Amino acid sequence: MKIDPLTFWIVLPVLAIGTYVIRLSFLGVLGNRPLPEGLRRALRYTAVAILPGLVAPAVLWPAATGGQTDPARLAAALVTLAVGIATRSVIGAILAGGVTLYAVLWL
Amino acid sequence: MTPIRSPFLRGCAASAPFVIVVVPFALLFGVVATEAGLNLLQVMLFSLSVFAGASQFAAVQLMQDQAPVLVVLATSLAVNLRMVMYSVAMTPHLGGARFGTRALMAYFLVDQSFAASQMEFERRPDQPLADKVAFFFGTVAPIAPLWFAASFAGAVVGEAIPPEYALDFAVPITFLAICAPMLRSIPHVVAAAVSIIAALLFAGLPYGTGLLLAAVLAMAAGAGAEVALTGKGQAGHED
Repeated sequence: MKIDPLTFWIVLPVLAIGTYVIRLSFLGVLGNRPLPEGLRRALRYTAVAILPGLVAPAVLWPAATGGQTDPARLAAALVTLAVGIATRSVIGAILAGGVTLYAVLWL
Repeated sequence: MTPIRSPFLRGCAASAPFVIVVVPFALLFGVVATEAGLNLLQVMLFSLSVFAGASQFAAVQLMQDQAPVLVVLATSLAVNLRMVMYSVAMTPHLGGARFGTRALMAYFLVDQSFAASQMEFERRPDQPLADKVAFFFGTVAPIAPLWFAASFAGAVVGEAIPPEYALDFAVPITFLAICAPMLRSIPHVVAAAVSIIAALLFAGLPYGTGLLLAAVLAMAAGAGAEVALTGKGQAGHED
């Protein structure tokens, strides 16, 4: 599905300003004050709490296959994760995942 | 090896290795966003004004799934919340600069400039403010222009790729590749596992709200695991 232009033109400025406010928060306005440890602890896990959940349904039920679990995409996802954990290399993991995807698709 | 004297150039050198990550990531964003129906102007505005790759991918994915505006915004802003920590961590070192300078540095406060600057300022905390500011801008110099240029190149290439070659799986692979190195402690693994399981369980909830719910649970699980493992948390540990 294509992105709805109206959605885009609402999301773009709010996301841009919101992201900038996040970056400016302490450096620009709040200054040198400690962050409560509980908040600091929660913030440490924001990215890792969202990104895996965002991709999990797309891995198991890809839109491209009409929601049917696809061995090629599943294998590619697992190889990406394994190579990423083993090598800590983002690019290495992407390449390994891409090669796996096309290798299984064409076999 | 001759040590580099100029703090700006030392900043450039410190963030140069990130170029190998930033360029393909931005290229891919250009391609994926174009395939999702954005034109060249929209892709460039996106990369210039938001300037935060993971949240840009998340927003494109959710908008493509026709999630409501509020869900798109809540999810992609949550992806960027980690930058509050970056802002806190940079303030003792850069907070003495003029407001205009700080406002500009805030725009350039991305994963790479934070990581490189944090390492430098911890190693040499006593250098003058001007040197720290110069170092910070140095870390941005190799990254930002390439981020914009590669987004542009990706969008141009994306317009030329026929839809039947749609790279539907490029985004999942990229996100998994970004996540894998983040799994550096047991609480991070717990958070990721809860995120995946809850997102799958709640996939049927309307309007992408399942992901938000999963994110809240996963964050709580990560923080809870940290407390359980260390007694009272890893005090003073920066992300």
